[in-house]
Parts: sequence; structure tokens; C-alpha cells
Amino acid sequence: MLRIFYTSGLTLMIVAGLAAQPAFAETPNQILSSIQSEAKTVPGFQGFSAERGAIFFKTQHGKEFSCTSCHTENTAAQGKHASTGKAILPLAPSANAERFSDPAKVEKWFKRNCNDVVGRVCAAQEKGDVLTYLLTVKK
Amino acid sequence: MLIHYQNLFHAIAVAVFAMGMAMPAAQAAEQRGKPLQPAQINAKWKQECSSCHIAYAPGLLPAESWRKVMGGLDNHFGTDASLATEESTEITRFLVSNASNRWSTSTAPLRITEGAWFKREHSGRETPPAVWKNPLVKSPSNCQACHTRAEFGDFSESNIKVPE
Repeated sequence: MLRIFYTSGLTLMIVAGLAAQPAFAETPNQILSSIQSEAKTVPGFQGFSAERGAIFFKTQHGKEFSCTSCHTENTAAQGKHASTGKAILPLAPSANAERFSDPAKVEKWFKRNCNDVVGRVCAAQEKGDVLTYLLTVKK
Repeated sequence: MLIHYQNLFHAIAVAVFAMGMAMPAAQAAEQRGKPLQPAQINAKWKQECSSCHIAYAPGLLPAESWRKVMGGLDNHFGTDASLATEESTEITRFLVSNASNRWSTSTAPLRITEGAWFKREHSGRETPPAVWKNPLVKSPSNCQACHTRAEFGDFSESNIKVPE
């Protein structure tokens, strides 16, 4: 009886431990391909463009901030939060391996930042263009 | 009888003196509660709230303030800081259960800097205007610019270092 308790307790602990793990780590390219599957559902989708992504990233969209307000023009270098001044680690995956490796985190920050910069959610096309651009940035 | 009066006077004098000595500690504790930050911190609170600024210690605001802050994260001082419901619930619970328990006024400000104690501690006499103009300080929300251990909820005088 005691052994059953012990075993079930151990199983519970293992299950709880697994559940507490962060979301399954992915590579930026895996994240890009899931954005692509979303973009493909829009008629007329013709792939992503780094050039378009760079323009989107560097220009203002009718609001006070652009992406570069915090991430700066050089995403391989450290950025700085436009209102608090807090240091922001590099956004380009070449300079910061943690970037675009956690789908939940990617989704959270696109939601927040698109709202601040564009005033709405970003289309899959826009997100894919930006990530494609960021993947071309060299360290 | 006269002796009794003298004794009473002496006792009052001692009591008043003792109260005076105890005042700084009592004042500091009056509105913020202690400790400002519990020894056992919540990992999600630390991670999420320190993304854009230091994770402000829960004891810096009363529970009602934290409920308001956490209820309006989609427009958090002009920025979208929204969280998934699960994260938000967990962080709110941590903030509320460790909030200031000695907030003496009925106000529940959204900004820590709107608290009466904050204003008193940072009056022109305590904090000369030049300090706020220093680009290294930038904003009163930048506690850690001068309070070197702010991220640990430690705002003691001995850990203040105003940047030159």
C-alpha cells in the first residue's frame, strides 16, 4: 500500500515537473514557418520579404513609436526602452539566441508591440516580413 | 505629593523621548508596511514585471492599487503590457497578498509616485530638483537610478547613491 502511495506520489511529481517546464523551445525558422502557415490562409500570399520587413520595422505607423524607438536601427546591438530607459537585449537572433525561440513569448510581444506601434494586431504577413528581415541581420 | 508629580513628569518625559527616538521607524512603516518585498517572491511576477522596468515591490502600493494596475494592463501608462489570464491571476494574487497593509489614506493611486509618503520622501528638500533632471535618473519611476537595491525592495537610506 505504502509503495502505491510512493509510486503515485513520484509520478505526480514528475508530471507536475513536466507541466512546469516552459513552452517547448523552437527555432526562429520553426516560428517563421508557423507564421507562414497562417499567412498562407490569406488569398494572394506571395511569401515574405526582408526588404518589406525592414521598412515596416524602421518606419512609424501613425503612432508615437516605431519598432526602432526601443530596438534601435541596429537590432544586433542592445536597445533601450523608450519610456523607462531599461536596457533591451538584442532582438536579432544572430546576436541573441533566446529570441524567437518561445512561441508564447513571440505571440505576447507581437500583440503588445503591434498595439503600441501600429495600433492594432499585426497581420501574419507583417510579422513574417519582420522576422524574415531580423533573420538577415548579422551580428 | 510633589514627589509623585515629579515622578509622573519624569515618566512622561521618558515616554516622549522614547517616542521621538522610535518615530523614524514608525513613520517609515506607517504607510508602506514591512517588508516591502517578501523573502519568497513569485517567479512570474519577477519575470513579467521586470521586462520594461524594475519589478516594483508589492509593499509600495495598497492592494486596491495593484488590482487596478493589473486590471488595466492593456493600457499600462500608455503601453500595452497585457498578459495571459493565467499569468495575470497569479501575479495579482502575489501583489495583493503582499501589498502595503498600512496605507493610511483611502486613496489607491495607480502610480507609486502619487503616494503621500513618496512625495514627502522626495520633497525638494530631500531630493533637489537637479536630481530629476539628470539623464541617468530620467524619471521618478527609475527607482534604481539612486536606490541601488530597489529591485530587492530595499529602499534604505544607506543604499542610496545619487548619480553624479
